[in-house]
Amino acid sequence: MAEFTLKLRRYDPESGEPAYWDEHTVDLEPHRSVLEAILQARALHDGSIGIRCSCRAAICGSCGVRVNGKPGLACHTHLDKAQRGAPDGVIEVEPMGNMPVIKDLIVDMDAVHWKKIQQVTPWLAAKQPVPEREYLVEHEAMVDVTQSMACIQCGACVSDCLSMEVDPDFVGPAALAKAYRFVGDPRDARTKSRLQELADDPHGIYDCTHCFKCIDACPKGVAPMSQIMRLRRRAGSDCHIEDPNNGERHERAFVSLVRDFGLLNEAELLPRSYGGDSALAKFKPAAAKELASSLPAIAKALLRRKVTPSTALRPHKLPASDLKAIKHIYDTVEGRAERVELNLYISGRDEDLL
Amino acid sequence: MPSHDVLIIGAGLAGQRAALAAAEAGASVAILSKVHPVRSHSVAAAGGMNAAIALDDDWTSHAYDTVKGSDFLGDQDAIEIMCSEAPAEVMHLEHIGVTFYRNETGHLDLRAFGGASKKRTAYVADITGQAILHVLYEQLMRHHETVDRFEEWFVTSLILDDDGGCAGAVARDIRSGDMQVFNAKSVILASGGAGQCYKPTTNALICTADGIAQAYAVGAPLMDMEMVQYHPTTLAENGFLITEGARGEGAQLLNSEGRRFMEDTAPNKMELASRDVVSRAEQIEINEGRGVGPDGQGIYLDITVVPRKRVLEALREIVNIGRDFAGTDITREPIVIRPGQHYIMGGVKTDTDGATPITGLYAAGEVACVSVHGGNRLGANSLLDTLIFGRRAGEHAARRATNIPPPSTRDSRLREDVARIDTIIARERGGRRVSAIKDELGTMMNQKVAVFRDEDGLQEARETILRLKEEAEVAAIDDRGTVFNQDVLGAIELGYLLDCAQATVVAAIERKESRGAQFRTDYPDRDDEEWLKHIDLTRGEDGDPEVSYSEVTITQWQPEVRKY
Repeated sequence: MAEFTLKLRRYDPESGEPAYWDEHTVDLEPHRSVLEAILQARALHDGSIGIRCSCRAAICGSCGVRVNGKPGLACHTHLDKAQRGAPDGVIEVEPMGNMPVIKDLIVDMDAVHWKKIQQVTPWLAAKQPVPEREYLVEHEAMVDVTQSMACIQCGACVSDCLSMEVDPDFVGPAALAKAYRFVGDPRDARTKSRLQELADDPHGIYDCTHCFKCIDACPKGVAPMSQIMRLRRRAGSDCHIEDPNNGERHERAFVSLVRDFGLLNEAELLPRSYGGDSALAKFKPAAAKELASSLPAIAKALLRRKVTPSTALRPHKLPASDLKAIKHIYDTVEGRAERVELNLYISGRDEDLL
Repeated sequence: MPSHDVLIIGAGLAGQRAALAAAEAGASVAILSKVHPVRSHSVAAAGGMNAAIALDDDWTSHAYDTVKGSDFLGDQDAIEIMCSEAPAEVMHLEHIGVTFYRNETGHLDLRAFGGASKKRTAYVADITGQAILHVLYEQLMRHHETVDRFEEWFVTSLILDDDGGCAGAVARDIRSGDMQVFNAKSVILASGGAGQCYKPTTNALICTADGIAQAYAVGAPLMDMEMVQYHPTTLAENGFLITEGARGEGAQLLNSEGRRFMEDTAPNKMELASRDVVSRAEQIEINEGRGVGPDGQGIYLDITVVPRKRVLEALREIVNIGRDFAGTDITREPIVIRPGQHYIMGGVKTDTDGATPITGLYAAGEVACVSVHGGNRLGANSLLDTLIFGRRAGEHAARRATNIPPPSTRDSRLREDVARIDTIIARERGGRRVSAIKDELGTMMNQKVAVFRDEDGLQEARETILRLKEEAEVAAIDDRGTVFNQDVLGAIELGYLLDCAQATVVAAIERKESRGAQFRTDYPDRDDEEWLKHIDLTRGEDGDPEVSYSEVTITQWQPEVRKY
């Protein structure tokens, strides 16, 4: 047994008072969970502490919170680990972000999370005719979508999604992982139109900024960002969908720049995104228009010395040997007969892939 | 006041399946649950769902296995319905989107499970319950125009009309504290089991016997309440479930001598004998000093004999549970398990359409007792039970509702429940806490009403429950608010648990034989002459259960000696 101190973010909507911190000390074995600690505080000290919880085993998805500022399930966070992650040894528990707080650690998931799930037509549009017995599909296809089926709708990924913070209309990691569950399902008849909708939506798949926060947050290994990237590959590479948000071309520009220069060349990113790989890309009307509209932002960056004209305009230089190594990676990946997709259920762990 | 043809209480597999079936039959439907539907405890069902879909399988074989698993206490007419309708139900689920795993020809793959004479368990990795529950919820979202969802509403009472028929329920909006009468021509209870009567249990914190106690309170009989299943493989430390799918995939049970002791009791089926048999064998090993773990109270489950790739693909959830909750990599070392409370075979007595003896009141899923499980449920038959009888109850309740006018309910029950909650909130501090009473109940039940039982222990349990009932009447709470007052709901749930535990103990005292999950060390044999019958319990005038009996329906399988 060991002593742990918890600092809970409390909020009573009926009091008229703002949220406040509430400290409790509990006695538990170090490998017990933060949820067990909260339940002990509730059982012994204050029955009014509000938290949703049910299974205690990371299956029901009820107890999404932030522990020391990081989103996750309270039942899935060990006390010793949480204590090590707390600056002063006091474990801080707060409600999840990006969703309104109802009381204490309870947030309004309907207002954000579930609303977004409903945006992706979250049910199978079964191919017709429906067979008498089961659809005949490959085992691998079913195992593949199990990674996104494993989502327990806890909201941890939504809590700290940076894109959603900036654009509250972003469909978001959980709903897009749900979308992949249908796009990846060979029984679904709407694959192409689902992808078209998600690519065309200005708040859709190209609104994600690759920050990896949802992958870190997810307690079930769903890796929502990876599912979003798979949607992009299905939309762009497989279905050749060119979206009005220029997302697909922008992504292609990243890929070609890194192949050509080894690192990102910011000055060329915008022209290539709008005009393609040609040297004359910047003179294409779409690129010129986008360049002109970006001038204030570029001026601001220069004024604040975030960039200098020389670093902004000249590409980064890499030694020839590094450049060669990078080209080798491209050749290997692009030379494969089939695309390799990382999937926990198929590979188990990263190291097993090799 | 919301008014519907069919009101469904509980939104796990049984409730959601009932809602979809009733809506499809043309009824107006409300589904109400104290948690968001995907948090329901069906989500934790891991291993799979039985159905005789293989070409060389036959539903009568499934039915016989189920009858034998029930130790001949299951009603064979109900079992025949469940098993013969199972294949169509699995196909229906497959068609609406459940991602069942496939074999090399692209057909549904089937895994071995306990007590089954063939591989007949369809599955999605080891998250089958979750996969089905989420797909049904997708269908509820799709059919939002015909099914009204009331998520995070807590039922406080069922309402009877002047003729004694069920006419709706009183419920509290957990978010606002607002209380309302829900009028309905038919009410389906689908609110799950009662695992929280025990500590530890594999069951979630929400499994608090709500529907069992609510039905019992309005005079519905309970049946088979003594039959409480201990699952053979729960984590020794905290009681979390390790799916039977592990043994289905080949995992072995070992005692401290490293011996597969199941060869003594079940030489043919070994680890895949039915659950009551395996749990008893484990408990004997532990009691006779051949247990493992720090206190010798465990048994080794060795999953390392299953190929690692297969474990990662098909048993991934227990890889996570082992790693996160026991610090064990199950792909490399055995994990310490023991028998733990998992399921109640008993519940609100229904017919094969889910109808209870109270007009207009139905029950389906773990809250109900049809009885398809009798003395012991086979693994992977519970998902099947919820879906088959959820659908049948939904269809029947909808058909019934089309032929009758809406009931007229009075507000008296609402006023009483509002007053009851106000009284709990206003209780003076003092006396014991709700949490302390609940802890004592669970710990005591796990000692006295467990794998092995005897008269003395059961009588002690009966007396303890009577004392705890008195203490619960005055247990104080801290939360005085209305928004998400989980404290006051906990006090009401404690009352439900105590009513249910009392019924379990009274029935266990009554049944003076050993059958299925009920093993009486003072009556160690099955006695078909005297006890091939169900024990029914009804709430008496004084509030205590009154015992009566009903016959076991036998269609084609006469009781025989049970060997695995």
